[in-house]
Parts: sequence; structure tokens; C-alpha cells
Amino acid sequence: MTIRWRDYKVGGLYDEVMKGAGRPRDHARLLTRYLASLDEDELFSIQAAAELSIKEMGITFTVYTQAEGSIDRAWPLDVIPRVMAADEWRRIESGLKQRVHALNRFINDIYHDQKIIKDGKFPREVLAKSVNFRKECVGVDPPLGVWAHICGSDLVRDNDGTVYVLEDNLRVPSGVSYMLENRQVVKRVFPELFENGGILPVDDYPSQLFDCLAALSPRRSGVPEVVVLTPGIYNSAYFEHSYLAQQMGCELVEGGDLQVSDDNFVYMRTIEGLSRVDVVYRRIDDLFLDPETFRKDSTLGVPGLMRAWKAGNVALANAPGAGVADDKVVYAYVPDIIRYYLDEDPILPNVPTHLCIEEKSRAYVLKNLAKMVVKPANESGGYGMLVGPVSTKKERDAMARRIKKDPRNFIAQPVITLSTVPSIVGKHVEPRHVDLRPFILSSDQMHVTTGGLTRVAMRKGSLVVNSSQGGGSKDTWIVEGGGA
Amino acid sequence: MLSRVAENLYWLGRYMERAENTGRIVNVNGNLLLDLPKGIAPGWQPLIEITGSEEIYRKAYNDFEERNVVRFLVGDSQNPSSIIASLSMARENARTIRDIIPRESWELINELYLFARDNVQAGLSKRGRYDYLKRIMRASQTFVGLSGGAMSADPGYEFLCIGRILERADMTTRIIDVRSASLIPKETSGLLPFENIQWISVLKSLTAYQMYRQHVQARVRRAEALRFLLLDDDFPRSVYRCVVLVDESLDELPKREAPKGAVARLKKMVKSGNIAKMAESNSALHEFIDELQIEFGQIHNEIVRTYFHMEEPAQTATQSQSQSAATA
Repeated sequence: MTIRWRDYKVGGLYDEVMKGAGRPRDHARLLTRYLASLDEDELFSIQAAAELSIKEMGITFTVYTQAEGSIDRAWPLDVIPRVMAADEWRRIESGLKQRVHALNRFINDIYHDQKIIKDGKFPREVLAKSVNFRKECVGVDPPLGVWAHICGSDLVRDNDGTVYVLEDNLRVPSGVSYMLENRQVVKRVFPELFENGGILPVDDYPSQLFDCLAALSPRRSGVPEVVVLTPGIYNSAYFEHSYLAQQMGCELVEGGDLQVSDDNFVYMRTIEGLSRVDVVYRRIDDLFLDPETFRKDSTLGVPGLMRAWKAGNVALANAPGAGVADDKVVYAYVPDIIRYYLDEDPILPNVPTHLCIEEKSRAYVLKNLAKMVVKPANESGGYGMLVGPVSTKKERDAMARRIKKDPRNFIAQPVITLSTVPSIVGKHVEPRHVDLRPFILSSDQMHVTTGGLTRVAMRKGSLVVNSSQGGGSKDTWIVEGGGA
Repeated sequence: MLSRVAENLYWLGRYMERAENTGRIVNVNGNLLLDLPKGIAPGWQPLIEITGSEEIYRKAYNDFEERNVVRFLVGDSQNPSSIIASLSMARENARTIRDIIPRESWELINELYLFARDNVQAGLSKRGRYDYLKRIMRASQTFVGLSGGAMSADPGYEFLCIGRILERADMTTRIIDVRSASLIPKETSGLLPFENIQWISVLKSLTAYQMYRQHVQARVRRAEALRFLLLDDDFPRSVYRCVVLVDESLDELPKREAPKGAVARLKKMVKSGNIAKMAESNSALHEFIDELQIEFGQIHNEIVRTYFHMEEPAQTATQSQSQSAATA
């Protein structure tokens, strides 16, 4: 079928590509014209070619099932890209830098003087109940005073076109390898558009990541030894771990490959003997990092790693404890945090958030459950959430009980109707909801990926974009000038 | 190169070779039995001895019937040196180093394991066995070719080779040992034709028959066969050739003094073997092979000590990787 944009139904939604039937957004003109020029089967053979190269390139994510053990699934990519104008992106980019800068100041303050609490801008009881606050990190000075070196913030756009920050992932955010691979694949299948579409490149990320990590090295001379620490092949993001290690030219290590000496230096075991490690990009959660300090039963981590980190002999990225700001209750305070540390107004707004810990808000939330999205403070991947409008009474009642039992653990937000992008569905092109996860690097400099990973909910009307729950992905084009 | 990665490559080499060797001895034994008269046919028990797995075998089976022995060697995952177990371990080792080995190698190993697992019933049937085993032996050879053709000759490649060659040398000596002890006690003149058949089968289990005919020419006799399998300079499965290959691989690695020392000792020992005496006496042969095997063990230990599990300078307790180090 040939795409007829005149028949594309935007509905009442904000579509990233089409203003309305037959009316593309300025920066999407080239793209829509090109797609409409494809005949009957071309678009589908392009999609099939993309899927084939994903298979051939071995771009996978791992799903663990009881029956089959761990299986690698081909990464789902819809070839129609999400496009955004460079001007708008630049504003978002500065908003993200501002936000992550402030968050790093916040984390550093929380582990030192806690001025923000003393000044009454952040409630002590929120911190007291934070499951990601690590008392072991109090007083530690990580290099450059930065804690969250790699941050993945999720952005969503509402019906009226406003872009909100939905959450900040400050622990071990994943997805960046898919952003890079999506571009590789889409470049292969749409070479014409890349020749003259003004699409900004994304592939600088691995070298920026390496520079970001290398800048943390405690050794001032020579090339620092940076390693990527993975929980191993059964982790769902193992593909990304090995991909990033390869792209950066670093060793991909497991806990057993590292050891910490009595004088608190970290070494990896190589066939040449022990070799000192300066920076660990760890993709293991805090609690599994070091059985001497955290969970004693962890076989993934490295005994003594925390000692070495505290002694300043190794840098850990992200720093342990950085997740304290990755809490959905803390999230609600981020605009205040930005004002407090930077004395600036936030460039990017938060989604309006009701804290169930506050009595008035809680009453409001409980009364309006059917209209709201309720999230536990410390879950990721969309688990444990209630999406009011599509929930059953039974689910709402269960959620109400959970909220009353532990109000600190829940926040509620109005349902944001995510914006849509044309997507290939069967033999048609239909709008599907998307979000966007850019990645922000912070050390001696800050970098934001150009665009990020666009995730798409492939089921009609669904707002759930997580790949672990059947979501797909798209390439994200930041387009300069009149553009694609 | 990380020690863990090196160790995985080493074991990958060993397990792939082991699967192939096991396939070979099962196949050849089946053929041999068809040629020998019932009275002197050694049956299937020698294969259990060759693989050094009598103890585990006796726990699960009461007799040495063909069906049981073949099941044990081919499809019994309780037997750590069965084909299926070897392939499963090869796959596990390969899986953690998928980015180090060529992608095609990983795919080959993965497919081979799945094939072996899904077709095990055919492999156990008399009729399907030959094809099943042939496919496994072929794939193992393909793996060797793929690695040689697609991997840089870096330390990782050398570890893969060393693992394969040590396993190969080990199997050669096991086959010689068990075959010479259990088949026919002496070169009794009346049984000479069968003596020939048995040595032909030994050569065949090591894919050595054709090369033997080309390079030795003499009719197949015990002394010549032994010399060929132990001392030949060029045959890829002769013990001496294997030792030379390991030595050459070690030359590409750092810190090689101790392992090379062990290899040098073994080299000297192989060369000093008294073939005439071993041709006469089973006990002399057995003794010699015992000594060789101890030396193989020494080389393995030196490699493990030097490259995989170094003495740790710091006193911090650390867990070792035991998964890849499982051996029969």
C-alpha cells in the first residue's frame, strides 16, 4: 500500500510527524514526501530488510523465562523515524543539562552537609525512607564531585505539545546501544534521506562516554584503564554491556575478574598477571556491588570495591548511592532542587506529581485513582504501576490498600497522553504512542545524546513502551533547518 | 587478555575436541566389532576405560552392552565427558565470550549443540548413529577451520589451540593404552589377521590410517603403529606432533617459562620412549603412557597456574570461576 497522508488519522492526539491529515510538520516534510513516494511493497520490504539486518548484526535483548532459560530476542525496530526540530531539541538539551547538573549537586549535598534539608527545601522524612540512600556513601568525595555520570531521563510529550520529564534514571540506565544500532540500521535502509535531510549524527557517544569515564581516573598519567563491569550473560542488558565495551575498546569484566588488594587498589586478572584498573563503568546495582559492604550473598560483585572507591583509588560510574535521586518521590522535588542549587527556573517541566505522603494529595489520589497513573517510588521498567483509565476496580482497590499501607512509596500523576508517531502496523501506517530517553553524560564536561532512544508502544492505544513488555523502538532524528 | 576469557577459550578448545574424539571412538568401535569373531571381540567396555569413566558408569549401568555404553558416551548428560555434555560445556564457554570468537563460530557451536540435543535418539539407534556422529565430527573440524580462518593469531587463539591439542594428545594416549591392553594379549601368530584389524581400528579411531599407509607403507604392525602414533613428526594426532604444537603456541604467550619447561620435559620423555620394548610388552607400554599422562597433567597445571588462577598477591578472598574448569 502507498501511504496516503491525507488518510492518516491523528485523532485528538499530538503527532510528532503530522499536524493533521495531509499536513506534515515543517521538519518532517522531506520524510513524509519520501515515504509517500514509495510504492505498494517498498515500505514493507524496507521494514523487512531492517529486521533482517537486526538479526544479522545480532542486536538482541535477553529475556529470561523459566522454560527456555535465557533467550536472545531480536530488537524490535519500526523503521519510520521519530523526527524533532533541532531548535526544539537544543532547548531540551539545555534543560537536561541543567537538570542533571542540579541532581548531581543534590546528591553530593545529601551525602555531605544536607544543606537543602537544613534550609527546609527538602523534607528529611523523604530521605529517611529512601531505599536508595546508602549510608556507606556519606562523606565520600567522588572525583569532580559528580555522582551520576550517566543519566537516562525519560521525556514524554502531552497533547498540547509540552515536553515533560517523566523520570530520571540515575542508577544503571540502559538503552543507548539500541539508539546507536537503530541509527546504523535506518541509515542502511534510508540512505537517500541521510544524504540531504539535515539529520544530525549520533555515533559519537562511545567516544564521549570513554572520555567521560577516563576523566574520572585517579591516575593522572598514562591512558587510564577503564572497564565495563557486567553481571554476566544472563542479564537482560548484556548485549549493551558488551557492545559498549567493544565500542570503547575496554575490557568487559565480571566480578570474578576483579580483585581488590589490601592497600585498596583494584586489579583485573589477565594472562600477563594482575593489571590495575582505574575506572569501573559498573552495570551492577549498588546492592550487588561489594559483598563486604552490601549484600553478602552477592557473587556478581567485587569484595572490597567500596574500600577502593572510598580511598579514591578507583572511580565508579555511576557512583554508589547516586540512586538516591532516582526515586519517584525525590522526582517531585526536582524543580525545587534546580531552583535551590542553581538559582534558575527549570527549563523542562516535571509532570504534575501528587505525593501520597502528603495527606491532602493522598485523599485526592485515592478519590481519583481511575484518572491517574500511580507509581511505586523505586521500581523501574514499568513494574508495579497502576494506569487508572485501563484498570479494573479490583486493581484500584488493591492499589488503594497499598497506598494506605505505605504512602511514602507512591506518587500519582495525571495520565499524560503520549504523543504519537506513524508506525507500521500490519499492512498499514497508524499512530502509536512514543516516549524518548536521551542520555546525559557528566564528568569534566556534560554531553547529551543527539535525540535518544525513542520507544514505542506497538499495541493500539497502549502507553506502555518498555521493551520487556512488548514495546518497540524507533530511530530518532534531530533535524536541522527545513529538514527531513 | 582477561584470565577468564583465556580460560574459556582453552576449555572451548578442549570440549570441542573431546566431543569429536568421543564420536570417533564410538564409530570405530562399532565397525571393529563387525569384523572380529565373537570369541575375541572386546565388546564395548574398553570405551569406558578409554574415557576413564568406569566409576560413574558403574553407578548407572549394570552391564557393558552396546546400548548402554553408547548411551553413556553419546547422550548421557550425567557423564561429564559424553558428547552431549562436552557440547553443552563448549557452548557455555563460548557463550560468555561470544564477542571474542568469530560470530560464525558461536553460531556453529550453538547449532551443533541444539542438533545433538534434539537428535539424540537417532544418535543412539544403530542405524542413525553413523550419520549423527559424522555430523558432530564434521562440525568440530569446521570449528577448527573457522577459528583458524577468522581469528587473529593473538593469545586468545593460542589458548584455543593449546586446549584442543592437549585434549587430542591425551585421547591418543588413552586409545593406545586401552586398545593394546584389552584387545589381544600377544602377537599370537594364529590370530595375526585380527591383530592387524585391531591396530587398523586404533589408527582409524585417530583418523591415522590413511596417513599411516602413505607415510609408513609397512603393513600395519604394532611397533610401527606405536611409532607412528607416538613419535611421528608430522601426523597431527601423534603425541610428539601435539607436544610441538603446544610448544609453538606457548611461544606466542607471555610469562611462558614454567609451562614451556613442562613441555620440554614431555618432549624429551616422548623421544626417549623405547618402542621395541613397548611393542613386546603391554606393561612397558602402559607404564610409559602413564608417565606421559602425568606430564600432560603437569602442563595443564602450569598453564592454569600461570594464566588462569594466579597466586594472589593480596590476601583478599576471591571466588574462582569453577564453571569453565569442569573436566572429566
